[in-house]
Amino acid sequence: MFSPKRRGRTVSLLIVILAYVILQAMIMSGNLSRLLISLLVPVCAYIVAALGLNLNVGFSGELNLGQAGFMSIGAFTSVILAGILNANGITGIPVLILCILAGAAMAAAVGWLISVPVLKLQGDYLAIVTLAFGQIIMSLINNLYCGIDSKGLHFAFVTNTIELAEGGKMLISGPMGATGVSTVSTFTAGFILVVLTLLIVYNLIDSRSGRAITAARDNRIAAESIGISISRTKTLAFVISSCLGGAAGALYALNYSSFVATKFDFNSSILLLVYVVLGGLGNMSGTIISTAVLVVLPEMLRFLQNYRMLIYAVVLIVIMLVSNNEFLKTKAEQLKKKLSANRKKGAAENV
Amino acid sequence: MSETRTPVLKITDLGIDFGGLTAVNDLSLCVYDKEIYGLIGPNGAGKTTVFNMLTKVYQPSRGTIELCGQSTEKMNTIEVNKAGIARTFQNIRLFMNMSVLDNVKTGLHNDISYSVFESIFRLPRFGKQEKDADAKAMELLKIFGLEEKADLIAGNLPYGEQRRLEIARALATSPKLLLLDEPAAGMNPQETEDLMKTIRFVRDHFGIAILLIEHDMKLVMGICERITVLNFGMMLAEGTPDEIVNNPEVVKAYLGE
Repeated sequence: MFSPKRRGRTVSLLIVILAYVILQAMIMSGNLSRLLISLLVPVCAYIVAALGLNLNVGFSGELNLGQAGFMSIGAFTSVILAGILNANGITGIPVLILCILAGAAMAAAVGWLISVPVLKLQGDYLAIVTLAFGQIIMSLINNLYCGIDSKGLHFAFVTNTIELAEGGKMLISGPMGATGVSTVSTFTAGFILVVLTLLIVYNLIDSRSGRAITAARDNRIAAESIGISISRTKTLAFVISSCLGGAAGALYALNYSSFVATKFDFNSSILLLVYVVLGGLGNMSGTIISTAVLVVLPEMLRFLQNYRMLIYAVVLIVIMLVSNNEFLKTKAEQLKKKLSANRKKGAAENV
Repeated sequence: MSETRTPVLKITDLGIDFGGLTAVNDLSLCVYDKEIYGLIGPNGAGKTTVFNMLTKVYQPSRGTIELCGQSTEKMNTIEVNKAGIARTFQNIRLFMNMSVLDNVKTGLHNDISYSVFESIFRLPRFGKQEKDADAKAMELLKIFGLEEKADLIAGNLPYGEQRRLEIARALATSPKLLLLDEPAAGMNPQETEDLMKTIRFVRDHFGIAILLIEHDMKLVMGICERITVLNFGMMLAEGTPDEIVNNPEVVKAYLGE
C-alpha cells in the first residue's frame, strides 16, 4: 500500500548494509588505506547528525544552523560520562552504549529547552537564533574545565581552578578541549547507529507524528484547521533532530583521544546543512551518500595542498549543477525506462 | 418545525473590524441539527470572513459563537476543531506532497492515540491503530469516489477531486458542523450534480449540520434548507430558498437597480 515509502526505506537500508559489507571486506583484505579507515567513524557520525538535520530541514521545513552545537553537547556529555564510568572500572562497549544514550538524552533536553523560544520564530529569524545557539554552546564549552578524582567530578569556568587529588584526571580543559578520552567507537558501532537512526527516522515519518510534521510544513492553516498543533509538531521534529545530533556527537567523541570544542563550530553546522541540501531535502539515501562523499572528498584532495578547499568548492558547485540539471534528469529517466523495457522484453523471451 | 430541533451553531450579533474597516457586522444565525444552511452574497460580502471567525483564524471583535451551547470565545483554531467544527477552503488547502490516503489520515490525527515512542519502536498499538485509521480513511475516500486514487499524490489530482478530498479530510476529524467554502467552484454541471448528492449523503450518513458558502445558485437552491444573504458585511435577508429568490432586496444586491 505504501510502496513508494517502503521503497525509500529499503533502498537506504540496502545502501548502508552493502557499504558496510564492502568496507569490512576491504578492511579485512587490507585494501583500505589507513586514512580512509580513520574516516569511517566520523562519516557514520556525520551521517547520523545529517539524517537528524534532514528531519528538521527537509520534513519540518525549518532552517537549522545549529546542528553542530547539538553534536558538541553530545560529544562533551559523553566525555564526562566516559570519565565517570572509567573511574568506576567500566570500559569497552557498555561505555559506548551508555555514552551515546546520555549524549542523545542531553542534546534532546537542551533542544527541547531552546525550542520553546526558538519555534515561535519562523524562517530567517529561526535560522539566526539556531546559529547563535551553536556559537554560544561552542563558547561555553570552550571555557569549561572538568576533572575527576576520588571525590567525584569538579567543574570550573573560564579559569582552571580545579585542584585534583592524587590519581585524578582532567576530562575537559577549556580551549585545549577533551583529553585522554577512551576511544571505544568502532565502525561496527557506527554502522549500527546509522541503521537505528534510519529506522527511527523512517518509522517516525510513516506515523501520526510524521504526517503531522509534513502537514504543518505543507500548509499551516489547513493543519491547524484539522486540529494539529503546529508548535507541538515542530518541537517534536526539532527535539528528535537534536537528539540524533547528540548521539552522533557521542559516537564522534569516543573515536578520538582528544578534540576541541571549536571542532563543532559554525562551519560544521553549515557543512551538515550542505550534506542535507545536496542529498535532497527529505531524501534519506541522498543524505547518506552526499555525507559520505563530502566528508571523504576533502581528505582525498589533500595532495592539492593550498588549493584543496578551492577545488572542493568547485567540485561542490559542479555536483549541485549536475544533480539539478533538467536535461540530465530527463536523460536519466529515459535511460531507466529503456532499461526496464529491455528487462521486460528479456524476461518475455526467456519464457 | 425548526424550533423543535436543537441548534448546533448559534451566532449572535457577530462582527469584526480590520483597522477602521468593518468587514462583518451584526450577523446572527442559527444552524440546526442535520440542517444544510447556505451563506450567500456578492463578492466581498464577508462570507469567508465569517468562516474564518467561526474557526478562529480571526478573533471576532463583537458577538458570540456557540457550538452546541458551548461558547468558542476562548478557543483557538485547534480547539475549535476538537470541539467539532471542520472546514474546507475557498482556495484549496490540501497537503499537496502527501498521498490522498495520508491527507485523510492526517485528518484522523486526534483520533489516533499512540505515542511517538510507540510509533518509533512499532509497538502493537501502533499497528492496530494504523490499521483502523487506514480502514476509516478508505471508507471516507469511498464516499467521495476516491478509493482508486488512495496512493496518488494529492497535488496531482484534478481540481474537482481535490475539492472532494478536502471535504473527506475535514470529515475525518468527526465534526458536528461542517463548513464548506465554495465546494462547487471550478466544477462542471455534472460534477456539481454529483456533489449535491454527496453533500446530502454526508448529512444523512454522519448526521451532521452543514453550513456552506456557494455562488452556484442551482446548488444552493437545490440543497439548502435555509439561506442567509450577506451584503457589505451586513445581513440582507434570511429564509427558505423560495423566500430568498423572491426577495426584491436580494435581487437588487445581485443584479443592481
